[in-house]
Amino acid sequence: MNTSQVIQYIVSGVTLGSVYAIVALGFTTIYNVTGIINFAQGEFVMLGGMLTYWLLRSAQLPIALSFILAILMVTIIGLLLERFAVRPAQKASLISLIIITIGASTFLRGIGGELWGRDAVPLPPISGEKPIGFLSAFVLPQHLWIIGIMVVLMVSLHLFLSYTLLGKAVRACAGNRYAAGLVGINVHVTSAFAFAVSAAFGAIAGIIVAPITLTSYSVGTMLGLKGFAAAVLGGLTSVPGAVLGGIALGLLESLGGGFVSSDYKDAIAFLVLFLVLFLRPQGMLGQRETKS
Amino acid sequence: MSTVTGRLNVRYLALAAFLVAIVVLPLLGTHYTSLMIVIGIHTMLAVGLCLLMGFTGQVSLGHAAFYGIGAFGSGILTTNLHLSPWLAMIVAAVITGLIAFLVALPIFRLEGHYLAMATLGFGMIVFIFLNQTHQLTGGPSGLRGIPSLSIASFEIDTDFRYYYLVWAFCLLVLLASRNIVQSRVGRALRSIHGSEAAAASLGVNVASFKVKIFVLSAVYASVAGSLYAHYTTFISPQPFGFLFSIRLVVMVVIGGLASIWGAIFGTLSVTFLTEFLQPFGDFDVIVFGLILIVVMIFMPEGLTFGIQELIAKRLRLARHGGQVA
Repeated sequence: MNTSQVIQYIVSGVTLGSVYAIVALGFTTIYNVTGIINFAQGEFVMLGGMLTYWLLRSAQLPIALSFILAILMVTIIGLLLERFAVRPAQKASLISLIIITIGASTFLRGIGGELWGRDAVPLPPISGEKPIGFLSAFVLPQHLWIIGIMVVLMVSLHLFLSYTLLGKAVRACAGNRYAAGLVGINVHVTSAFAFAVSAAFGAIAGIIVAPITLTSYSVGTMLGLKGFAAAVLGGLTSVPGAVLGGIALGLLESLGGGFVSSDYKDAIAFLVLFLVLFLRPQGMLGQRETKS
Repeated sequence: MSTVTGRLNVRYLALAAFLVAIVVLPLLGTHYTSLMIVIGIHTMLAVGLCLLMGFTGQVSLGHAAFYGIGAFGSGILTTNLHLSPWLAMIVAAVITGLIAFLVALPIFRLEGHYLAMATLGFGMIVFIFLNQTHQLTGGPSGLRGIPSLSIASFEIDTDFRYYYLVWAFCLLVLLASRNIVQSRVGRALRSIHGSEAAAASLGVNVASFKVKIFVLSAVYASVAGSLYAHYTTFISPQPFGFLFSIRLVVMVVIGGLASIWGAIFGTLSVTFLTEFLQPFGDFDVIVFGLILIVVMIFMPEGLTFGIQELIAKRLRLARHGGQVA
């Protein structure tokens, strides 16, 4: 192994990790506000990519417009999911909520398969495909876009939660939903907001990763799981934790795939997930909440 | 008192009718025999998952993996190591149980969602390994030449014979599960489902019970997998993926989360729904997704329970002359 190879793996690891981080932020946001793990999170990623492809190909819209429209559409789907599948089951047990979001995931994936077929399709990169020299490796502009967008999303989510009224309401719900309701915070609004943000984040992740890895109706399950592994690695409730978790996972996967075995690349995420659950269930930055 | 015995009589009658139907069905010589073999195998899986979902309040989204380990365990042990099929079935079940134990041990100490996600991840890992370990499993192209089962010199090599074998196993699993549910263990499990804190305060070792049920359901799945392997004599990783795990959850959701016998109904419904929707493409997945959402919102105990309750309410209404009781 030589250094340029190592740097190459690190670059692609951080890039993939940034995608996982964005998906993980979606998990974290919904979990904080509603206490639900949204198993349909991966489908937002799939819908983002596939809707953009569809808008570009069938409707022949310009790239930028396709991106924005796709993100908007997925956000609306997220809102619909909250309104018609999650909110009616508010008093349901945890297992019901898990099954509901799993049902939503299966449903959306099925619809995707029917609408857009089974083939993996590419999306155009945001700007150019000419590699840029970086140390002794090459970086695609898309890599930089992905990392940059992840940082922007993380910072804006953090600023939003810290400095706006709605953001503070969201944090209040994360602290104690019932108490937040008592002091006059509309928990329906914060919950809808959480789903909207998660859906939009998922869609963005799906759009920016597709030029590198292709996209298809079935990418949601895997990307969703890896996003969840990243979120758990980061403690499930923390914004910086989710990002750290995502990047750590991306690096492990990329280096593991490069130096150990690329056949088992996808298994690495889950082995990591198990190790975390076994050794440190509160994650890297999370607070302890296990039962003895 | 009379209503209780009345209800019991109805139960036994229904059970007797069911047994007669199971015994008589293949004698009619229909082509449904092979379909019923698959339904019997799937019922064993659904019953295990039902115990887990209904009585521990947790869900496994990777049950297809245990089914796959059982099937490939039997396949590998009989073709590579030339073990007797029965011994292979037992060895595979023990291995699956051990794996389930290792998976469950850390997870049941945690709240809520972790089991679902961890089993989902576990299912993915197993699926990847089944596809990648070519020397062992044959990779995506699968494993051929798995011997059929026999008892002494009696070969169970026709659909007709295999049908009775599978349903004998299936009934054993159903009866064992029913006994567990109605025993002291079952009461403990139900108390866990009602309130973990209350159960724990009454001396129920909540985590230990959950792990045991999880392991038991994995062992059921393994035995079902072995039966599947010896029935088809050829297995590939394909049927043991994520979507099959979801189908199993749909079976339990339709049959009723805590209803052992409902599992048969759930399995029948899902199998026939798939058969019925087959000509229209892959719409079954969409329909299953909708079923999961709608049933869980309106009938969180499962479809059969929900319908039973609706009928009971109607009857009560009718008896009280339209007045809401």
